[in-house]
Amino acid sequence: MLREFTCIMCPQGCDIQVKLEEETIAEVSGNRCPRGREYVTQEIENPMRNIATSVLVEGGELPLASVRLTSPVPKARIFDVMAEIKKAVLKAPVCEGDVVISRVLGLDSDVIVTKSVDKVS
Amino acid sequence: MRQVDAVIIGGGPAGLAAAIELKKKGVEDILILEREKKPGGILRQCIHDGFGLTRFGETLSGPEYASRFVKQAEELSIPCMTDTTVLEITPDRKVYASSSEGFLEIQARAVILAMGCRERTRGAISIPGTRPAGVYTAGVAQAYINLKNKMVGRNVVILGSGDIGMIMARRMTLEGAKVLGVFEIQPYPSGLPRNVEQCLNDYHIPLYLSHSVTDIRGRDRLESVVVSQVDENLAPIPGTEKEYPCDTLILSVGLIPENELTWMAGAEADEGTKGPAVDENYQTTVPGIFAAGNVLHVHDLVDFVSLEAEALAEGAARLIQEGSLPGCHLNVKGDPLVGQLVPARISGQNDVTVSFRVRRPLKDCTIEICQGENVIKRLKKPKALPAEMIQISIQAEKLNTADDLEVKMIC
Repeated sequence: MLREFTCIMCPQGCDIQVKLEEETIAEVSGNRCPRGREYVTQEIENPMRNIATSVLVEGGELPLASVRLTSPVPKARIFDVMAEIKKAVLKAPVCEGDVVISRVLGLDSDVIVTKSVDKVS
Repeated sequence: MRQVDAVIIGGGPAGLAAAIELKKKGVEDILILEREKKPGGILRQCIHDGFGLTRFGETLSGPEYASRFVKQAEELSIPCMTDTTVLEITPDRKVYASSSEGFLEIQARAVILAMGCRERTRGAISIPGTRPAGVYTAGVAQAYINLKNKMVGRNVVILGSGDIGMIMARRMTLEGAKVLGVFEIQPYPSGLPRNVEQCLNDYHIPLYLSHSVTDIRGRDRLESVVVSQVDENLAPIPGTEKEYPCDTLILSVGLIPENELTWMAGAEADEGTKGPAVDENYQTTVPGIFAAGNVLHVHDLVDFVSLEAEALAEGAARLIQEGSLPGCHLNVKGDPLVGQLVPARISGQNDVTVSFRVRRPLKDCTIEICQGENVIKRLKKPKALPAEMIQISIQAEKLNTADDLEVKMIC
């Protein structure tokens, strides 16, 4: 069986063709770097994605601090992770790199702040 | 009147990178003027990841990418005046601005234009219909959601498949909205393939190519839009209309370099980029006024904005330290498949990086860079998309100082 993928590992977005023989990868072509092969392997076994969103900040110069995951989570868990992040409320000041939730939902990924928010002056 | 070596208009990624690099090259007296309350530019609202792979070798969110430059500028003690709007730039490099400290008058030896770009709006594409609330450009919706904590709607149609539009399709879906579809007038997506994959396909958001919004309905709030298929001339095909009930229409229909100040200073425009025409030093047609980043031509990736601004700093530092730059008398020209070509002029004596985009998707093509009969560089490209900026570096020793430089796409 032949499957086609658009690699999302970098902005080049290679079109990758994968030849599958009974669920195992027989041949990978079209990728311009080794990350393409890693991507399609992951994509076939268990697709993973990173997500970015925001959490509420009390007493901050901004109402929100942006957050992201330190590593991708299974694609099927994205909305569960979103719901978990929505529960969080931070108190200003918050700093870039602060861990909001460690190992979110027991997954191998932390939710971290990506924008510092000072206290409102 | 305050005297400075370099004044930088805009504290986004281009302005910050230019300032840092100028300082590293020994230019001491630098001032950044920024209209917003904080430096960082549009990256402050681009909370998704994917920035920095080229520049830093890792993938960061927009705010993290910006903060690397903001911190470095602070460490180098480069002053940045925020809440400061530049009102006018003159051809002899006087800059007038309004700030919380009052009216500013600055005489600079070099002016660096780093104002970025603006989104095209409903007016720019003339969609008929009523004028209800609920019609936003993608960047405005992004600012509401990511900076102000205001959700803009629940049932969403997106017009245009620009990268920001697709990123907002995903963002709104994550926040619980239903995105009914992304409609693109061209027969190909205008954003990057990875965004079609990770922002639309991942969330089962349909992408309709060769479609456009042909009517907007609703009195106070948007109630529906009418979408039509378009023919090869991009004209709506009668009888293909379909009405989509929705409360929100997001426009992601292109970006235009923001150059009111540039034209005020007397710089000449480049028809292809809609930004100023610059030479290999990123100097406009007005001596001492330079431009880099999205104000010059709209980029696909911020990494290339930073790298371009760093390259600008080399020429600007030389001008400040030596008083002038060598003339650039050779034109850079593209064939009809080549658009958004930068720079417009070169000297033929220095290394140069040529940037451009193809005007339509191409497969198995060859890029040729020529001077007269001489082919300087030939590169095979299995795939070329209008969404991607192509950059090609050319070494000085390959160039002559007599012939114009031509960029050709051979298919």
